[in-house]
Amino acid sequence: MDHRKAGLLDSEYEIICRELGREPNEAELRIFGVMWSEHCSYKSSKPLLGLFPKEGPAVLKGVGENAGVVDAGDGWGLAFKVESHNHPSAVEPYQGAATGVGGIIRDILAMGARPMASLDGLFFGNPDSRKTIFLSNGIVKGVGGYGNCVGVPTVGGKTFYDARYEDNPLLNAFCMGLVNAESIVSSQTAEPGNLVVLLGSKTGRDGIGGAAFASVELGEDTKASRPQVQIGDPFVEKLLIEACLEALENCLVTSMQDMGAAGITSSASEIAAKSGVGMILDLDKVPLREADMSAWEIALSESQERMLLIVLPEKLELVLSLGEKWDLDCAVIGKTVEGDRFILEKGGSVAVDLPASLIGGGCPEIRWPAITPANLANRQTFELENEILPSDLAESLLKLIGSPSLREKTWITRQYDSMVQVNTIQGPGAPLSLVRIKENGNIAAITMEALPWACQLDPFRGGYETMARSLRPLWVAGARHLGMTNCLNFPSPENPEQFWEFSEAVKGLAECCVDLGCPVVSGNVSLYNESAGLSILPTPLVCSVGLISSGESPLLPGNWKEGDILYLVGMDNAAIPASHFQVTCMGMLKGLPVPPSPEMERDFKERAILTAGKNVADSAIPILGGGLGIALCKEAISSGLGAEIQLGTPTLPAVSLFGEGGARALYAVPSVKAFEFLRIWKGFPVRQVGNVRGESLRLPGSTPLPIETLLKAWRGV
Amino acid sequence: MKFRAHVLVSLKEGVLDTQGKAVRVSLKNMGYGSVEEVRIGKSIMISLEATSRPEAEKQVEAMCDDLLVNPLIETRSVTLEAI
Amino acid sequence: MKAAVVIFPGSNCDRDVIHALEAVSCIPTQAVWHKETSLPQDTGLVVLPGGFSYGDYLRCGAMAARSPIVPAVREHASRGGLVLGICNGFQVLTETGLLPGALLANISLEFICSNCLLKVERTDTPFTSAFKKGQIVQFPIAHHEGLFFLPENELEELEANGQVVFRYASADGSAGQQYSPNGALNGIAGIVNKGGNVLGLMPHPERASERILGSSDGLGIWNSIKEWLEGRSK
Repeated sequence: MDHRKAGLLDSEYEIICRELGREPNEAELRIFGVMWSEHCSYKSSKPLLGLFPKEGPAVLKGVGENAGVVDAGDGWGLAFKVESHNHPSAVEPYQGAATGVGGIIRDILAMGARPMASLDGLFFGNPDSRKTIFLSNGIVKGVGGYGNCVGVPTVGGKTFYDARYEDNPLLNAFCMGLVNAESIVSSQTAEPGNLVVLLGSKTGRDGIGGAAFASVELGEDTKASRPQVQIGDPFVEKLLIEACLEALENCLVTSMQDMGAAGITSSASEIAAKSGVGMILDLDKVPLREADMSAWEIALSESQERMLLIVLPEKLELVLSLGEKWDLDCAVIGKTVEGDRFILEKGGSVAVDLPASLIGGGCPEIRWPAITPANLANRQTFELENEILPSDLAESLLKLIGSPSLREKTWITRQYDSMVQVNTIQGPGAPLSLVRIKENGNIAAITMEALPWACQLDPFRGGYETMARSLRPLWVAGARHLGMTNCLNFPSPENPEQFWEFSEAVKGLAECCVDLGCPVVSGNVSLYNESAGLSILPTPLVCSVGLISSGESPLLPGNWKEGDILYLVGMDNAAIPASHFQVTCMGMLKGLPVPPSPEMERDFKERAILTAGKNVADSAIPILGGGLGIALCKEAISSGLGAEIQLGTPTLPAVSLFGEGGARALYAVPSVKAFEFLRIWKGFPVRQVGNVRGESLRLPGSTPLPIETLLKAWRGV
Repeated sequence: MKFRAHVLVSLKEGVLDTQGKAVRVSLKNMGYGSVEEVRIGKSIMISLEATSRPEAEKQVEAMCDDLLVNPLIETRSVTLEAI
Repeated sequence: MKAAVVIFPGSNCDRDVIHALEAVSCIPTQAVWHKETSLPQDTGLVVLPGGFSYGDYLRCGAMAARSPIVPAVREHASRGGLVLGICNGFQVLTETGLLPGALLANISLEFICSNCLLKVERTDTPFTSAFKKGQIVQFPIAHHEGLFFLPENELEELEANGQVVFRYASADGSAGQQYSPNGALNGIAGIVNKGGNVLGLMPHPERASERILGSSDGLGIWNSIKEWLEGRSK
């Protein structure tokens, strides 16, 4: 077999031969092809990921494990991670999305945590195209079908439409779980003489080479690659969750690894390499669905709902009986030994004999060249004075709130069980999701954010703003951030202009994390999201997690009271470029998003948290997509009350209402508390923009918009 | 002897078949105006060991009564072949 | 007397119900694995929780209804003990024959998770004595197969017997089929057996048992049961 057919570069093949002192056999070659693919090795992104700050006082386990874990107080930890399942979802939307959800849940389980909340990031093409309707229906049903059955609530997410996702929809799945800080499972704790146990479903031919599949562009021949997509069985996943948690509770396992990309090979060699042990596995012991599978097929199968357990010999009986209790296949497939050798046997002979450290850690990094895009200057050219802005504010607002990315998403969220586990305080449809932790009374706050348009215009500023925007809703609700996880969705890094965008976006994210003290605890990279010349927008997606202490109430949106004073805090210099207004109402995407302002962010953070803690506002909403206008609309709709708005600044009304970016929030404050509110915000830009009154939203110089009209536009009826 | 049973389970007449209705509407919308009714059921294949054909039939009928079919809403037809 | 919550493979609201019974309502509660063949001593209430027992494969609740524990549940019910089936648990009860009817796929053919208003039609059952007759309560639903079905004559009989306990409703107190989020006949959300000691309902009272979760109307169910259990213990 030619190494290039296995997906290896000549230079990579040379390293393999040099390190082994021989040529690899076919099975070994296929293993390297998958394990050294972009999806498994992160070879193109590793140098950049080094920019992320990974340490912080709240970090219990950071990058390098299946998921990061942060301190949730009182001896509890929150394990969380977001991961892409883009390519499989593009080819077979239901199963691609379902197995994406299943995979991230097992990542969390592998930390020893009980999965307690999921979010999904969905990026679709033209909302009216047959293709998008087919893909979005399938993906949404897949997310729901899996999550609902395993009993992990989907408590929020993000849905974004742009024609550039037409052939390459994105599905990013986030999951968070709760773990006793003392029983966090690590992949570094196996010792020689342990048994290697496979628990869960039988192994079949599904998904073989899936990781390699995720590392190439979707081409004309992807139809032929359909068999690579795995089929999910959420019922078995639920049994697997309970069985694994029961095993952990009874201290039956030494280490544990989920089986995702590259199956047994990846999970077993990772434990071996990280723990510094060797491993001998007998592939004849693996329970199979199809009898005639070859060594490499068994080694690389991506059959779902399987976990690899490392077990002390004296605990084996109990583990096997647990498998029986939960009706799961459970088999000893090998043992750990001294040294670094990863040996797979089949039919009594050695099929694979490789250094464990070489499989996962030997792939050389690739430093792709980066070139500033030739059309960047053109992309960033935008002079507000030269543009004729739509003059009717009310009309623009109705258009915006009915636009695909901003309109109501009930058709999606009602297909998700958002309440199972009885912890959901704030479910889908809000700027953040809130999940109470029964065990200690604290509340976990989660956001998901991505700003592809801003990243397209200026990936550094876009990356920075994405990160900051993921944190602001936490602060406004009164939560302190603990950490973030990210999914970096980009097209091919082999195009120097695209690699420049990737690099700049990561730099922007990283700089914001450093500036605001938010550690990156886990993440995932998805490259090659392009096909037939159409690349996706640069889409770094961030999920941030924060905590509200027991006894404090979160400050939430949707609670306007008649007579409340509306205050806008933050600068009045938001940008039209990259805003929903620019794209939806002006039909263009040009200019520069707002520059980073770390001092403002830090100042905003402390004041926002204080505002929530002092209970001086009835309602608060961070200014996000669609700007102040959409914030007003959403507050009015969910409160069932109108407002009279005076913008009262020299800035153009359209900029004040629809500009985006920067640390800003809208507060509804009862007049008796206005003094205290203003004292908190003294020294920060703050101004009154109106009063809560009546049943219509009245913008200056526009016809009043009754709540009913807003609601209709929002629902698209 | 080995047998293969094919159990076809469908919703009883009079029980609202939501899937069948949705498919009928879709087919009509796609231009298949001749469609009058669509009923959706499920097909279950069972391979089994039995001493004789009547014995196999008896086993499969019992399985239908015990688990495979809910007589309140479903009907069934069974075909059996020796393999 | 205590509560026993049966866990089937694929149950996923078992821990939620145990939380509502034990932590919120202070009813002693024990989990029972479906492979058991007897209930714990002194069981007054058996709960069949929501979820996707056996993945909802074949028919929702069909395989759970053939579990080893079911004969003991049947026996418990025949002695007048309380049995509560929520969501998938309701589906299991219809499959066991302890309750009439069947739960078919929602008319939209989609999974629906949303808050629902219900009218309490009967307050003379051990499950609903803490409510006021005609009271409108808010419980969430989360299911794909919740369309309650019975052939017409049997449905009439069910109504005539007054076995309908919860009906989908509007805020102003009217109830019926037009308020069914799932197409359930006559707006039926929950029914009891003729003896009144077996209740099945699609909405989840355990998800509406704490104010922090948005509604505490579900407490009415737990409080009613608690009173009944305490009455029996005396």
